[in-house]
Amino acid sequence: MNLLGRLLPAVPLTTGALLLTGRFTVGRRRLDPAAPAAAVLALAATLGLAVAAALARPAVRFPLFGRLPAGLAVDGLSAALIVTVAAVSLAVVVFAAGEFGADESRARFFGLMLVFTGAMLVTVTATDLAVLLMGWEVMGAMSYALIGFWWRDPGRVGSADVSFLTTRAADLGLYFAAGAALAGTGSLDLAGLAAGRGHWPDLIAAGAVLAALGKSAQLPFSFWLSRAMDGPSPVSALLHSATMVAAGAYLLLRLGPLLTATGWAATLVAWAGALTALLLGAVALAQRDLKQLLAASTCAQIGFMVLAAGAGAVAGGTAQLVAHAAVKSLLFLAAGTWLSALGTKDLGELHGAARRYRLVGVTFGIGALALAAVPPLSLWATKDAVLAAALADSPALYAVGLAAGLLSAGYAGRALIAVTRPTGAAARGATGRHGTRRLGPLERLPLPVLALGAAVLGVLALPPVDGAWRDLLGAGGEPAASPAELAVSGALALVVLAVTWTFVRRGVRARAAWTAPALHWLHLERLARTLVARPVFALAQALARFDDRVIDGGVRVAAATGRRAAALADHRVEVRVDGLVDAVGRGARWLGAAARRPQTGQVHTYYAQAAVLLAVLILIVLLVR
Amino acid sequence: MLSLVIFLPLAAALGLCAVPAPGARTVVWTWIVACAADLALVIALWIGHGNGGGISYEEKVRWIPSVRAAYHIGVDGLSLPLLALTALLFLVCAIYSLRRPPQVRAFAVLFLFLQTVSSGLFAALDLLLFFVFFDLSIVGMYFVIAGWGHGDRTRSALKFFLYTFLGSLALLLGFIGLYLGAEPHTFDMVELTRTPALAGSPGLAGLVLLAIGLGLAIKTPAVPFHTWLPPAHTDAPAAGSAILAGILLKMGTYGLIRIAMPMLPDAWRRYAWAIIILGLVSVLYGALVAFAQEDLKRLIAYTSVNHMGYIVLALGAAGAAGEQAARRLAVTGAVTQMVSHGLITGALFLLSGVLYDRAHGYDMGRFGGLARAAPVFSGLVALGAFASLGLPGLSGFIAEFQIFTGVIGGGGPGLVVAGALAIPGILITAALFLRLLHRAVLGPPGELTSQVTDVRRSELAAVAPLLALSAAIGVAPRFLLDVIEPVSSAVVALVAR
Repeated sequence: MNLLGRLLPAVPLTTGALLLTGRFTVGRRRLDPAAPAAAVLALAATLGLAVAAALARPAVRFPLFGRLPAGLAVDGLSAALIVTVAAVSLAVVVFAAGEFGADESRARFFGLMLVFTGAMLVTVTATDLAVLLMGWEVMGAMSYALIGFWWRDPGRVGSADVSFLTTRAADLGLYFAAGAALAGTGSLDLAGLAAGRGHWPDLIAAGAVLAALGKSAQLPFSFWLSRAMDGPSPVSALLHSATMVAAGAYLLLRLGPLLTATGWAATLVAWAGALTALLLGAVALAQRDLKQLLAASTCAQIGFMVLAAGAGAVAGGTAQLVAHAAVKSLLFLAAGTWLSALGTKDLGELHGAARRYRLVGVTFGIGALALAAVPPLSLWATKDAVLAAALADSPALYAVGLAAGLLSAGYAGRALIAVTRPTGAAARGATGRHGTRRLGPLERLPLPVLALGAAVLGVLALPPVDGAWRDLLGAGGEPAASPAELAVSGALALVVLAVTWTFVRRGVRARAAWTAPALHWLHLERLARTLVARPVFALAQALARFDDRVIDGGVRVAAATGRRAAALADHRVEVRVDGLVDAVGRGARWLGAAARRPQTGQVHTYYAQAAVLLAVLILIVLLVR
Repeated sequence: MLSLVIFLPLAAALGLCAVPAPGARTVVWTWIVACAADLALVIALWIGHGNGGGISYEEKVRWIPSVRAAYHIGVDGLSLPLLALTALLFLVCAIYSLRRPPQVRAFAVLFLFLQTVSSGLFAALDLLLFFVFFDLSIVGMYFVIAGWGHGDRTRSALKFFLYTFLGSLALLLGFIGLYLGAEPHTFDMVELTRTPALAGSPGLAGLVLLAIGLGLAIKTPAVPFHTWLPPAHTDAPAAGSAILAGILLKMGTYGLIRIAMPMLPDAWRRYAWAIIILGLVSVLYGALVAFAQEDLKRLIAYTSVNHMGYIVLALGAAGAAGEQAARRLAVTGAVTQMVSHGLITGALFLLSGVLYDRAHGYDMGRFGGLARAAPVFSGLVALGAFASLGLPGLSGFIAEFQIFTGVIGGGGPGLVVAGALAIPGILITAALFLRLLHRAVLGPPGELTSQVTDVRRSELAAVAPLLALSAAIGVAPRFLLDVIEPVSSAVVALVAR
């Protein structure tokens, strides 16, 4: 049992670490060809372990800091997550094994992907804040290394910097939450956080919510996900689905009792999710680049999970997470296929791509329709489960969520129409920018599997499976979507799709001034730069000058003062003192010379001197008397 | 046995001096063997000590009976990790010197001398003995910088010497204060810890703490007493920088835990907030100033100010009112940070030495794309950078997480605010290391990149063990924490008296 709990994250982590260090010991040339197979095998083993762990529910406890308990355990929520993470990672890595050519640094890539997956597994099985934070931060660092994978390009490295720094800025909240947890509950145990004394749960929740919103690219942190697109497509496929962004939603779902206990945090989280779903949905609608559209849609879809966490819909939120993982990894892999095959991800240039590559086109179509929440595909049911809980919470929240759902039909429709329109890509493919054009079997294999998931995973939120799903997650009394709600939302999605179709055919374009904020992701990155990054760097430079001039200047002045005092003593004091000594010497010499004068050696002068002295003595005696 | 650990390097140094004109190869290999033997002995000490509290391997010999000063040494869970760090860091410096610096015999002798001095300091249980080692370390490092440095080395060495010597004079003043305040007068640390001096006169105790604190703060260094550090590092040879940052800085914070906290508990508690603020300022100021640096070595030097600031912050928090468990966590974190900083910064300085060896410059802007020219070097730099910015799985996180959690976990509103203000330090550190990687290691090649070749075998053998150990602590920290935790409990209890 215990072994299983340890092996689950250990298999991908150690294999990944070996691949990363092996590049230097074994050498790239020998390791690179073996790396894809090693990664696929390790993740297949991980998937097996994940399924076993989901059934056996292992729990490991070990001492970490002092007497604070730490550990890894698989409960219902973790079980759902580990299977999702392992399955999606395996699918993505199989695809990458086919896509990555011999000229790429494959050991590094697959090593990083494995550590990335392993860190996510640690995050979702941790039972305490310390271990959770370890997985959480390592995942962030791996995302940095993966986004900046093509490091020769400074633009991509800059994107990696932005992603890591933004998520880490939010992560500071978890460090704070850990301290507050120790103060408030005497432990770092996740299960006990809600029971903290006094105001401590408020502080813990504040830190955890900040960290989760950052990791999940919710407002106002969403912009990093746009920059994260600079990584290779398989990285996007993994980072946007089952790992990284999902971690924030997972944390909020896990901490549901804590959010409720504070009174304000649940509401805040619900609204943050709903507003992100709405605004980033608008951002997605305005994008002209397929990967950027998908990125913004990730923020929006994760918004539904965050909304679910705030509204207390653990079952609905988790179902949304699982289904979205399948949908989004599928869409990114398909987009990546076209990018490498046709050399473009511009929506305007992708026309006909779906016709040219039939398998990719069909699976992408299923994914896009699922994203649009078309019945009976997965996100239709899961999103309505979330919205049902929102309706129970507040009608306003429901309205915003519903509007966000309509937007998702709009952007999914745009993407779908762009790739199915019958012109453009064939011509572009013929002129051939730089594309490999052929798809290998490894690249094809994951697409139907993920498409199947994207199609059917909605059953988790529909009867009769939803009861078992709730039992698994221990979420008994959550509201379910009524048949009427389901029917209305499905119909609305179809209507929006139809409207989008007519708009696109007629070439209706919104005015550029209106779409500009949405196109530029609400200018969030520029805001972060002007409000945070630049002032901090300016402060750093000012302090560096201060350090040089004032603090070290003070030391230099002190030293110079010492030297000057010495010089002063040398020139002034020393001269006088020395002069005095000289004067004494001169006086003594003069006195000596004067004293020599009377010593003539002639008796008569001595007599005369004696007589004068005698006379003076007599005179004194007489006067004193 | 403990004396053997301390004086084995000195014996090797004397041996090297005695032999007429040995070859450079012989010198370096003798040096390496002596260091390796010393490290093996320290590991044996560690195993023998186990995880208990209390002092083992105690030795006491009459030295200056008229002032009751003795050659009194021993080890506990606080000194053992630092002794091990000393032995390891000197060993890797010896391996690094397989590249043979000029006048290698004098260099080796000086380093062996410094090793004896450093080990002696971490084992000393007598204030006068501690002071002698403290002062000799300054002398030894002065000659390392002045003799084997580059740039404006005599000036930097002189500044280093005078500034830290001033600190050691303040320290001596404080020690004399403790001596006079104890009844009967003594320099013995064990006795001074058992019955704190000046318990009845808070004013005098405050002054003594001020003198000792000033002396140790200069050595640590805490802002605003840090400006000797950047020039000393910039102009020192790589091995010298590694020892200076890895070992010599620890003497300051070691003194705080070993002397200031247990011997002046009342004063420590009374002035805990001043210490917390000193630490907090060092954390933020050090990180921000490091962020703006263009010179690689100055950058690492300022991150040392930041990292050592966490230690001061944690020790201050251990004196403020709060939960015992949280305070223990803070002190454990502080000691872990000493070890972790020694490993990581030692590695980073040795790596910057590689850069200087190839291209004679530290200016980040003139490099770029090193990952292509020197992949192994770049991998090591990246690992060191992420270790230094506190990535889990490496030792920095283990230390800093405990410090933050311990400080905030203390529970008072002031402590929560202090902890919350200190946490952004790791974000600024992250930003500055990513900037370093972005400018020097990744991207297109820069002006000096073509001169840089990858690490040689001796350089790899010197740096890799440090980072490997950092990773070992990061993944499985218990072997270290098991030794430290009894001591941090004891220290917290002593301060709470």
